[in-house]
Amino acid sequence: MTWLNEKERRIAGFAAIAFGVVALLPLVDQGYYLSISVNIVMYVVLCTAWTLFSGPTHYISLATAAFFGIGTYTVALGIDTVPFPLLLVIAALASGLLACVVGIATLRLSGIYFVIFTLGLAELVRQVVTWLQTNFSSSLGLYVFTDFGEQHIYWMLLGLAAIVYITGWLINRSRLGFAMQIIGNDETVAKHVGIDTARAKVILFIISGAFIGIVGAILAPRFSYVQPPSAFNPMISFQVVIMALLGGTKRIWGPLLGVIPFTILFDQVTAYFPNHTSFVIGIAFMAIVYLLPQGVLGRLEDLVRLRKRFRMVSAEEGNNP
Amino acid sequence: MSVIISGLLLGGTYALIAVGLTMQYGVSRIMNLANGENLVFACFVAFWLFTTFAINPILGIVLIVPLAFVLNWLIYTYAMRPLVDRAKNRGQLEVDSILATFGLLFILQGIMKLTFGGGYFNYNFLAVPVTIMGSNYGLNRIVAFIAAAVIAGALYLFLNHTRYGTAIRAVAVDPVSAGLVAIDVPRASAFAFALGGALTAASGALLSTFYTFNADMGIIFTMKALIIVIMGGVGDVRGAVLAALLLGLAETAVATFIDPGLTIAATYALFMLVLLFRPQGIFGKRPS
Amino acid sequence: MKRRTMIKTVAAATLAGVLMAGGAYAQEVIKLGASAPKSGPLAGGAEVSHWPAIKLWLHDVNARGGIDVGGKKMPVEVIEYDDRTSGEEAIKNIQRLATVDKVDFLVAPYATGLNLATAPLIAKYGYPQLAATAVTDGVDEFAKRWPNSFWLLGTSASFAESVADVLVKLRDKGAIGDKVAVVNVADAFGIELMNAGKPAMEAAGFEIVYETSYPLGQQDFAPIISAAQAAEPDAFVAFSYPGDTFGLSAQAKIANLDVGAFYVGVATAFPAYLGANGAAAEGVLGAGAVNPDAPGMAEWRARHKDVTGVDADYWASAMTYSSLQILEQAINKVGSLDKAAVTEAIKGGTFDTVLGEMTLDGNVNRKFWTVGQWQGGKFYGVASTGIGGEAEPVAKNGWE
Repeated sequence: MTWLNEKERRIAGFAAIAFGVVALLPLVDQGYYLSISVNIVMYVVLCTAWTLFSGPTHYISLATAAFFGIGTYTVALGIDTVPFPLLLVIAALASGLLACVVGIATLRLSGIYFVIFTLGLAELVRQVVTWLQTNFSSSLGLYVFTDFGEQHIYWMLLGLAAIVYITGWLINRSRLGFAMQIIGNDETVAKHVGIDTARAKVILFIISGAFIGIVGAILAPRFSYVQPPSAFNPMISFQVVIMALLGGTKRIWGPLLGVIPFTILFDQVTAYFPNHTSFVIGIAFMAIVYLLPQGVLGRLEDLVRLRKRFRMVSAEEGNNP
Repeated sequence: MSVIISGLLLGGTYALIAVGLTMQYGVSRIMNLANGENLVFACFVAFWLFTTFAINPILGIVLIVPLAFVLNWLIYTYAMRPLVDRAKNRGQLEVDSILATFGLLFILQGIMKLTFGGGYFNYNFLAVPVTIMGSNYGLNRIVAFIAAAVIAGALYLFLNHTRYGTAIRAVAVDPVSAGLVAIDVPRASAFAFALGGALTAASGALLSTFYTFNADMGIIFTMKALIIVIMGGVGDVRGAVLAALLLGLAETAVATFIDPGLTIAATYALFMLVLLFRPQGIFGKRPS
Repeated sequence: MKRRTMIKTVAAATLAGVLMAGGAYAQEVIKLGASAPKSGPLAGGAEVSHWPAIKLWLHDVNARGGIDVGGKKMPVEVIEYDDRTSGEEAIKNIQRLATVDKVDFLVAPYATGLNLATAPLIAKYGYPQLAATAVTDGVDEFAKRWPNSFWLLGTSASFAESVADVLVKLRDKGAIGDKVAVVNVADAFGIELMNAGKPAMEAAGFEIVYETSYPLGQQDFAPIISAAQAAEPDAFVAFSYPGDTFGLSAQAKIANLDVGAFYVGVATAFPAYLGANGAAAEGVLGAGAVNPDAPGMAEWRARHKDVTGVDADYWASAMTYSSLQILEQAINKVGSLDKAAVTEAIKGGTFDTVLGEMTLDGNVNRKFWTVGQWQGGKFYGVASTGIGGEAEPVAKNGWE
């Protein structure tokens, strides 16, 4: 392991232990806590995959639902004929392909245009799938019956989360990651130093889209019954953006800080205010936006900086005779 | 012929949905995701006025518009201004406003649910057929179309032929430079936001005469409005109206000549084409 | 009312806590869990057919002092969660109800998709699942896959075939000819009905002169109605969802679509349909029904309005209420809160519900209303799968 330095080795070891511990959860509880953990891991993967692309580029993509739905549909259509692991690969390829086409066509759009375009994309794909299903499919109900329990879905998602983190880390170390850093800081500079910005962005978009597609595929057996409104639910796109932004997108583990507290918060709201869910979530949401302008990550970094300064100050005081 | 008339009527409806947002986003730079909820809220108020006090929704607009104006002014001043002030650049404000109005969306939805419940609502007003060139059209839709024309026309005149309108357009083009020429940018932004909200509410009251609505429907209108605003070019009333009419015609034509199953797909396909070939909007100027 | 429920819930929770802490095993209240949409696209339907029915039943059963369990009256508490019309939320809610709240029984979720998404979990915990708002052709397969699940509202095939039967009756009366225009919403329910309905109509000798589908969320129906009108049909059939049901009807009225039979799908049986269309609703056919003149039905509807403040629909409201009556009677019969025993009792039993006597043959209710018609301000069942007491369908006579 000569290619890891001391600090990285420590982090890797710590992460491996953390994953191991988290993976034991189904042995302790098979009920509610497992279910909410499935939701958390699902959003962790979605948001982290989203951040792989949107973090460095600052492009807000609302195409999550499109990739997710393609993954779900891949499984729904093929579950009776194709083995599940192969379906995951197909889901990744299909969503990656869509990301590639869309990326090439649209990444020159900037800001809000890209946002709305990706939103439209999700809807367009959903409409086309519906239309194809109505007109060309002979067997109708897309039922996905497997023997997977919640724990299997949980483990698969957890495994995928590990892969996403490793991929993110590898990207950061690679030439691509370095290029992205420069692009993120100033795209014009990046172009001047000879970085093919379009190519770099498209590659990241493909990676991000493929991961989201796999999540959709893994989740399909959980729904049992797949239909376009639930598979291409635009709320998924919005929730991913929001949780990721609230967590912070500067670092790969930033979204984690958004997903965990907010899934739990939303859940508590559902539990204690069943008749006022919308209202309370709205209030909580606005409060968060105003109180945590830089996301949880930003606030955390502020605290760390504060502590460092405090230490430095006290160290200086200690030096004074 | 009936395709063109139906398409125009539908386009008029879309124009109503979108003009408010084009003001809010174009001038105040607030990407208001709660736009649809604002609209549905007005539907509910019009419904309530009509069923409880037998106030005709056209008259109801006279009550609803000032109310929505004040409410949106307050929302801008107390909820959006802090975001505008702390944003370092336009991208930051876009992100913050998306997040904040997403919260606002839920709050408005929650209020509607608490007050009216989650069921379906509708009422009968001017639902009488009018015959134009051998085909029948709903009078309420024709009234909405005329109202859309009046609203868009008045807005256009206001923006292009009054002093304050010109100031607002200046803010839309460049808030910093507008501030340099002694325009009170915060006030103009608040005004545009409130005006946009009031226009959206007016269209809600009109739409309630022929749509069946419930508290969860806002997002449908928001998506339509977003598409039209972007297609038309941000902050451009002419563009928004043209885009709305274009969409209405395209949807009706696709439904009639190709397949009604593809109308919504056609909307998005058209939208994407416009974005790819004229990303600055139909009337927008290419950035140099 | 809401506050009272909450206080009661808190009181019950405290009581349960005290009892458990004291080691006392005797339970005082029956906890019933309910997860269904209070927001999201399906909330509009759930607020009409699902939640008010639960509220009314809860009121009724507690007014009687609760459910008689082995000679002891036990009041019922309902713990409600909003699933936001999302499968993930619904699954999580069921888990919470089963493992955190530890409810004794569940009210089945709302609509086909959410019932299927939660069925594996509900089966795992062994709760009887009385699906009162799911119409699907898979009922027998599902009943076999999850032996604790019961399917009450019927199958798409029967719903669609009944439409053909009603059209035949109207043709025999001379109200309509052979030409039919058929449209459907491109969603599971609409597609299933179309696939079963079209062959049934063709087999009955009808000619399909216009046929199309439209996407869910469509709001403008002028092109569809005018294209149908151009085909000059004698009957118009739409396998539609709530939003489109209202939209198609309004447009048909505006265009003065001249047909002898006008059928629209889900939500025709909603009170709001009459509210929106007034006199034009007269003669409109729609999916599902009840017999409003059946013994006790008028009184039940009046009580529904009294207690919940809203009118019951003429279809699934009564079925949701009946599903809870079945649960109550099965608990009563078993005399304990044992889930497996109650499930068994539901399988074999005959139940007295607001919809009349009901048995679940192979976990499926085989006798259900399929088509109704607005006649004189009430929605009468005109076709069923053998309930009896059907009203005669009448011709649609203009839109005034």
